[in-house]
This record gives sequence, C-alpha cells and structure tokens, in this order.
Amino acid sequence: MSLLTFSGGIHPYDGKDLSKDKMICEYLPKGDCVYPLSQHIGAPAVPLVKKGDRVLVGEKIAEAGGFVSANIHSGVSGTVKTIEPRMTAGGTKVNSIVIENDGEFEEVDFRENIKPLDRMYREDVKEAIKEAGIVGMGGAGFPTHVKLSPKNEDAIDTIIVNGAECEPYLTSDYRRMVEIPEKIVKGLQIVINLFDHAKGIIAIEDNKPDAIKKLTDLTKDIDNITVNPVKTKYPQGAERQLIYANTGRKINSSMLPADAGCIVHNIDTIVAIYNAIIEGRPLFERIVTVTGDAVEDTANFRVRLGTNVQELIDAVGGFNIEDPGKIISGGPMMGKAMFSLDVPIVKGSSALLCFREDIVSASEPSNCIRCGRCVEVCPGRVMPNKLALLASNGDMEGFIKYDGMECCECGCCSYVCPAKRHLTQIIAGTRKQILADKKK
Amino acid sequence: MEQTMKISSSPHIRDKETTANIMGQVIVALMPATIFGIYNFGIKAFITILITVISCVVFEACYQKNMGQKVTVKDLSAVLTGLLLALNLPPDVPFWLPVLGSFFAIIVVKQLFGGLGQNFMNPALGARCFLLISFTGRMTAFTYDAVTTATPLASLKAGESVDVMSMFLGTTAGTIGETSAVALLIGGLFLLATGIINYRIPVFYLGSFAVFILLYGLAQGRGIDISFLMAHLFGGGLMLGAFFMATDYVTSPITPNGRILFGILLGVLTFLFRIFGGSAEGVSYAIIIGNLLVPLIERITVPKAFGKGAVKHE
Repeated sequence: MSLLTFSGGIHPYDGKDLSKDKMICEYLPKGDCVYPLSQHIGAPAVPLVKKGDRVLVGEKIAEAGGFVSANIHSGVSGTVKTIEPRMTAGGTKVNSIVIENDGEFEEVDFRENIKPLDRMYREDVKEAIKEAGIVGMGGAGFPTHVKLSPKNEDAIDTIIVNGAECEPYLTSDYRRMVEIPEKIVKGLQIVINLFDHAKGIIAIEDNKPDAIKKLTDLTKDIDNITVNPVKTKYPQGAERQLIYANTGRKINSSMLPADAGCIVHNIDTIVAIYNAIIEGRPLFERIVTVTGDAVEDTANFRVRLGTNVQELIDAVGGFNIEDPGKIISGGPMMGKAMFSLDVPIVKGSSALLCFREDIVSASEPSNCIRCGRCVEVCPGRVMPNKLALLASNGDMEGFIKYDGMECCECGCCSYVCPAKRHLTQIIAGTRKQILADKKK
Repeated sequence: MEQTMKISSSPHIRDKETTANIMGQVIVALMPATIFGIYNFGIKAFITILITVISCVVFEACYQKNMGQKVTVKDLSAVLTGLLLALNLPPDVPFWLPVLGSFFAIIVVKQLFGGLGQNFMNPALGARCFLLISFTGRMTAFTYDAVTTATPLASLKAGESVDVMSMFLGTTAGTIGETSAVALLIGGLFLLATGIINYRIPVFYLGSFAVFILLYGLAQGRGIDISFLMAHLFGGGLMLGAFFMATDYVTSPITPNGRILFGILLGVLTFLFRIFGGSAEGVSYAIIIGNLLVPLIERITVPKAFGKGAVKHE
C-alpha cells in the first residue's frame, strides 16, 4: 500500500535520535515566571491580577480579550511582581505579567472544575476548553474554542489529530504518543462528540512505528477513530497537506480546514483538552524538546508556562560550546532564531534547538541557476524562484497572479536551493506586506 | 546577558547541494564521453579540450575582474561550458578556434546578458553555432584515423549504409564528445540517478524524435525501420544534446509540464532539421531555438497552486 501523502516536500536530516528516547520529565521553574499577554492569535488577554497579588498554580491571571483570544493561567504560586513589556522568543517586547515564584507550587483545587462528562452539554465542553485557555500548541496558537465553533457544524466530518511531527529534531509529540496514548484517544473522543457526523483520524508519520502501534492497538475497538500512518516527509504535518493526505480534499489559503469538513489539532492540544475536561486542569504546562548539538544533554521536559528559557538550557547541563551559533525556538524549518535566552516558554514553544554552527550565515547566496528544485519541492505547487524574483522587483500584482499568497512559508524552497538563496524569507516578507496593505 | 547569537529568518537548515557541486557532478557525468573522445581521436582532442576549458575560465575571471564583480569561477560553470564546447568541436581544429568559441560562449552569450543564470541560450551551443556559421569548413571537416570521412549521419543522409554498432560504441567520425552513444548514456543515467537532471526533457525529446523517425519510415513505405531509427538515435549530437545540452538548467523550462513540452518541441525540430534540412545534423539548432522559446513555454505551463479552485465541502 502506498502511504498517504502529498506532492512535493523534502527529506532533511531529522535529528530525532538525539532526544526521541528521553522520557518526558517534569521541570519546575526556580526563578520568576513571565506570561506574555499575547501568546495566541487574536486580541491580547486582559490582566486579572495586579502588582502584589498572590496567585496559585492554575489560577487565571489574564482573561481573553475577545472571542478570538485566550485566558492565561499561572504555572507557579507566588506574587505578581510587575506587569510590563518583556522580550519574547519572537524578538518583540510584549506586555507581560511577571510572577515571583515562591517555589511552593501551591495549586488551586482543580476538582472544583471537574464535571462528569455525561452531564456536560456540548456548549459546556467548549466553554471549559475556552476557560482552560487552550490554543493550538503546534506553534500558531489559534484559540481552540474558536476552531471548535465553525459556522457550519454539520459539515464537520473529520477530526484530524496531527501526530506527524514532521519538523526535524522535535520529539515532544512523539513522547506524548508513546507515553500517554490513552489520554490522546480520550481527548479525541471528547472533540468527536462535539459534532454529529465526525470521525477521528490520528495521523502519524511512519518513522514512528511504536507510536502507530500503540495508538492502533488502543483504538482497534473504537469504530469512529482510525490511525493513519502517513509518509515521513516534511511538511507532512502542515495543515493543508495533512488534510489532503488523509481525506483527498484540498483547501487554499483563503479557506479554513472547516471548509474541507475538517478540524486539525496538534497532539499537545488534544492532551490539553483531556486535562481540562477530565482533570479540571487549565493549560499551564507543555512539552518542550531541548535538543541540538550545542547542548550537553537533550531532554523532553514537561515545563510550566512562563519558565525562563535559560533555566531549561541549564537543566540539560548548559552549552557544550562557549558561543553556540544559533538557538531556535521551535523546529529548524519554521522555528524562530532567538537573540536572547532571557525569554519565557509560552503556549506555542515546542522546542529549544541549539546549533553549534549557523549554517545559514555560513552560506552565501549566489545567482539562481534555474535548476527547478524549489518548484519540485514546493507543497503549495507554486514557483518560488519566480515569486522571489517578482517580490524583489516589487511587482505585487505579478506576485499575486503567480499565486504567491498560496505559500505556506514551510521553508522547503530555501532548504533545497543550491544557490542558497533566501527564497522563503523574500516570499514571506512580501506576503506579510500584501496582507498588511489589504487591512488598510 | 552577553551572548552573540545569530538570528535569521527560517528555515535554519540547508541542503548540502551547492551550485559548484551540481556543476561538478555534470562534469563527472561527461567523463566517460570525454575519455572516450581522447581515446578515439588521440592527443589532439585532449589539447583541444584543455584549451577550451582554460580559455573559458580565463575569459570569465578576466571579465568579472574588469567589471569589478566577484570572480565566481569556483562555481565550475565556466569549466562545464568549456568542456561542453570542446566536446562539440571536431578533433582537428586550429587552436585559435576553441579560444574564439570560448570568448563567444562566456563573454557574448553568458556575461553580457548578466552572467550565470541570466543567459537566454546555452553558451556552449551558442558558441558552436557561431563557429558553425562563421567557419563552416573547419567545423565540418571530420577526419577519422587520419582519413577525411563523412560522419555516419552525413552518410545516412546520402543514402549510404552505416554500421549502427560502431555508432553505439563511438568508433566513428564526429565531434570529440558526440560519437559514443554508450559513453553518453552512462553519463546521462548517472545524472538521472543522482537527481541532477529530471527525466522529462531527455525522455520526451528522444521519445518524440523516435516517434517521428518511425512515422517517416512508414510514410516512405519502409515499414518499421529499426536500424534507421537506431542510426538516428546514436548518430550525431542527439545523445549529447538530450542529456547534457537540452537539460541545461538556465536555458530549459523550470515547470514540470514545460519540460515535457520543451522535450517534444526539440524532438520535432531535430526531426525536421535532420530529415528536411540542408545539413545532416540538427540537434544544436533545435536546442538553440528551443532555448529562445523557454519564456513562452514557461508562461503557458505555470503549475496550478495547491487547492486552487477548491470548493467547500458540505
């Protein structure tokens, strides 16, 4: 049987061996925790606490600033030190609540949040998910309760759990799947039951056979859940490509997954839904893979949100080189390079990837030789070389005409370019500009 | 915190393949044909190759230096152009001829249009055609074993019989690198296997050419004439052209469907030139004309973006 997949894509060195066998272990922060009020797509959250207030683990410290927004909960107990702009991994300063950690980790009583599932209406479940501050944890940070409230609920027939984890080096979703598969299945069932006609698919790249086996065994008696092995290829876990591989339906940049009858959730998002509904625990922790060739050891940490990145680096024994070339928040294909380690872990922080050498600054762009590799690998089926040329000529009309807006910024074109041209960067920058112009 | 970390836009990893690497692999793929050419035609062929390669590199370096540009001869593209041009020259040429050809290839066709990636026709082929038109006598005087002879294709055109086996092996008259179909096929398969070239252009080029040759045989009442087909496939510059010239990145379409169209176009043109043209050979001109049509071919073969025209699922 040929595996489910899409056209295009690349096979970079996956680096997963570095950390894939490291059991998830809890890391409790020692220092202050910082909570940016904007760590999701949509309106910033509004603080509910003020300087000097004492807060507990799991206490809501900021409230959604609109429907498309999300609550924020503290991961530590302690005192609110200040609310001020702080640096984030993305390199911008964001207004943040800073909590002085008292090291007690005194929790609110989560049992109060728990209601028997069979006595919850669908709206109650969605409300509980909203209350728990859950957002898409693959990195984009789209509020989950919004995703679960599509315009036409009857059209939703497929809930896809994204276990592809196609970004090289990342192993957090893999660890979740092999360590707590039953919570993933239960979490998925909660989501499936929100819709009348939905079935569930857990899509996993075939380089994770043990995860596929565990989840297949667990779901063999569940009629409405199937486990789909998908081909190991980047970007198999990109939303549009994943939907196509599993359902044969295509959507473009101006459509939502719901337009293909699908809702796609990241593994950690599903676990967060389980924690919120079954255990009454809001979102205040996540799994972060600390890896790369520049750290002494690697780890898959269960980390409290707000934890300082430097602490996690120290927790694996620090760097094995005085001057690491590059530290990336997230994976190597779509993650963000950081210039400071004094930033907090947020809901979308999937990994800290530390490279001894920065391969990008070591390679200098030269002339395009029109080899066509970018066209061949582009999962969006556009012509990156042409788009980059139009973009650098400032030809916005041409850029749109050649479907530049269909680019998902996956990075495949820059990766394969033998002339080392920064195709993704040029195209992404132009897309951003066009989107900004549209809003005016 | 005192840390000097580099930041840049994603992605943060890059494939190992570089321009120089690719050019190097094409040069390696040309080695069987090059070595056979030297074996077949002797030391003179070796000297011609050396002169062409060196003058291409020197012209490129001098031009870039004088224009205040970065000298990029390390990307091996000038070496490759030189080698391809040499393989397209008869073994017995005066030494000034390859130098003049190199000048035309590197300066006129490549650098004056903006350097690597900007030329609108294949530099080596452009130079060959320039020499062919300017010095027709010298460019079509073929000797083999010190005897002036016609190339197999010319014999074929004159209605004489040819030995297909020696054409396959390459022990015939012709340009330095074009005679041995088997040596070129080995190189071509290497390029296909390593993914340096895509199958579309050579397959559709050779395929469409073969179809038309067979149809021509049928129309002439000779039935399915396999030996005529083989002589045409192994003769002249077809193998060299199909695997190494038509697939030149810069001057061939970048779109998948464009490559198919380009291949078919070359097959048709080569057929027309060889059968109905004045000269026995037609590959070089077919590819040059194809090169000129590349922008148009690309325009009509823009791939359909993923999800374009998708309809909502109800």
